[in-house]
Amino acid sequence: MTTPTPPTTDGSTPGVRRVGLYATLVALALIFLVPLLWMVITSLKTYTAAQQIPPSWLPNPLAGYGYEQILNNSANPVLRWFLNSMLAATLHSALVLVTASMAAYSLARLKFRGRGVTFALIVGTLFIPPTSLIIPNFLIVDQLNWIDTLAVVVVPGAASAFGVFFLRQFFLSLPNELEEAATLDGANQWQIFYKVVLPLSRPALATLAVLSFLTNWNDFLWPIFVLFSPEQLTLPPGLGLLQGSYVTDYPVIMAGAVLASLPVLILFVLAQRHIIQGVSRSGLKG
Amino acid sequence: MADVIEVGAARGDAPPPAANAVRRSASAGRTRRATPYLFLAPYLVLFGVFGLLPIVLGVWLSVHQWDFQLPNRPFVGLDNYKQLFSSDSAVYGDWWQSVRATAIFTVLSVPLLVVVPLGLALLLNRSFPGRTFFRAIYFAPYVLGVAVIGLLWRFLLDANLGLVNRILGVVGLPSDTPWVTNMPWAWISLVGVTVWWTSGFNAVIYLAGLQDISPELYEAARMDGANAWQRFRNVTLPGLRPVLLFVITTTVLASANMFGQSFLITQGTPGTETRTVVWFIVEEGLRNNNAGRAAAMSIVFALLLAVVSIANFRLFRYKED
Repeated sequence: MTTPTPPTTDGSTPGVRRVGLYATLVALALIFLVPLLWMVITSLKTYTAAQQIPPSWLPNPLAGYGYEQILNNSANPVLRWFLNSMLAATLHSALVLVTASMAAYSLARLKFRGRGVTFALIVGTLFIPPTSLIIPNFLIVDQLNWIDTLAVVVVPGAASAFGVFFLRQFFLSLPNELEEAATLDGANQWQIFYKVVLPLSRPALATLAVLSFLTNWNDFLWPIFVLFSPEQLTLPPGLGLLQGSYVTDYPVIMAGAVLASLPVLILFVLAQRHIIQGVSRSGLKG
Repeated sequence: MADVIEVGAARGDAPPPAANAVRRSASAGRTRRATPYLFLAPYLVLFGVFGLLPIVLGVWLSVHQWDFQLPNRPFVGLDNYKQLFSSDSAVYGDWWQSVRATAIFTVLSVPLLVVVPLGLALLLNRSFPGRTFFRAIYFAPYVLGVAVIGLLWRFLLDANLGLVNRILGVVGLPSDTPWVTNMPWAWISLVGVTVWWTSGFNAVIYLAGLQDISPELYEAARMDGANAWQRFRNVTLPGLRPVLLFVITTTVLASANMFGQSFLITQGTPGTETRTVVWFIVEEGLRNNNAGRAAAMSIVFALLLAVVSIANFRLFRYKED
């Protein structure tokens, strides 16, 4: 899978070099991991233990305090936020997959009047920072009466050009012969799309599904302005609310953070290859 | 790739039952002509409403005095824009303060976000057992959202209870640094957290670029007696140029759009010194109900970013000569 750079020839023996390499790798790994571990450790402490100076590295006593607080909490219904986030991210991801794959198929493999212009228009919006469209988009969802509903965090983001651009590149790389054979067998465009192109594009579709899920699950700026009722919030704006009500009660705040992290960390472990490939490919287009 | 349709059309022309075949091929022809548009339709509806309409609407809003709560929204021409540039307007000070905050953050963070991930990528770009494992660990923080990162680092950087000051104390450094409330610490914190959070992302992009550089080039350089630094300078960097341009451009845009870190970690403090442009725009438009003025700011901001991006491309193109 990788083409390694030839080893350096700085005169040190391979053994010494290897020890140095691993020492560096592990030191860096600690920098990335310790903050995440600290989040988990603190979430398992009591309030008093978390206020202790110097803090202890292990939660002693091991306490479910933080989690109890967030699970039985009518002012901050964290479980509800979790479900809202799950539902929103899943629906968003599905919406992106369906709309982007159909559009990308049309743009990559069908010939029609206006194709060039349409594609240029879609790609052109990649260069407009999404943050600069927040104010007018707020006005639009307000007119649609979507404020404080599930739709407001599911639908607007699916207009992003990324999915169409990403899948179009992939569809262009598929061989023509497959479609020609299917056409000779009497298949129409829908059947070719559904039975030939989509099954062949599973890796690209999986990558887009995972990236869309992550983006939606983590979105913060948009939901804090378009969701208001405690029971409508997704986790990111919810966590902001939690920080506001618990201030320095860190076991509770960290328990909330752990709950928001777990699904994406699990997804990352399971779909690491897809995520990393999606990110690398986004760079190669440049 | 477009041949498919022609092949289908040729099939439609196939001989017998004359009348039937003509009707069938005519209707089939209609279906085929409409098909590409039908495939596009669902996305185009979304794209039209939430991708294109907001652009037009943004311009429209920016020339009106638009308050969500007032029925009267008079046309004011370029007033919203003029206010941003005339020092006697009420919004002038806060607006330029936010531009300044965004510029400071971008200038401080981009060099680190370009160089640190390159270092990580070079470290990972060799074959050793556990390579995929370490790459995953370095990338891991990036999959977490800014809300989690913000809460976590607000805690880690807490002057009294935070782990950062505790660890500094243990190794004999000052253990009472006000990381999130005072200058210059607030900027150091915001930049540091962002580097920690997103370095893995750029590193993965670099890695893909590094793997596209032909090993023969390194071999040839070695034959010419080039040392490690010379190989980096003369093989790696030129080979990475397109990737480097991509990384710099996207990183500048990402840093210029920073919001969550300062909203959650420094909460804008000290004063409003770390309140960024994006924050100020949404606050002005959605909290203070000045949607017109906020739309004007969005447009000025987008144009500013466009200029910076174009400058980036130019700079790199000239370097290539």
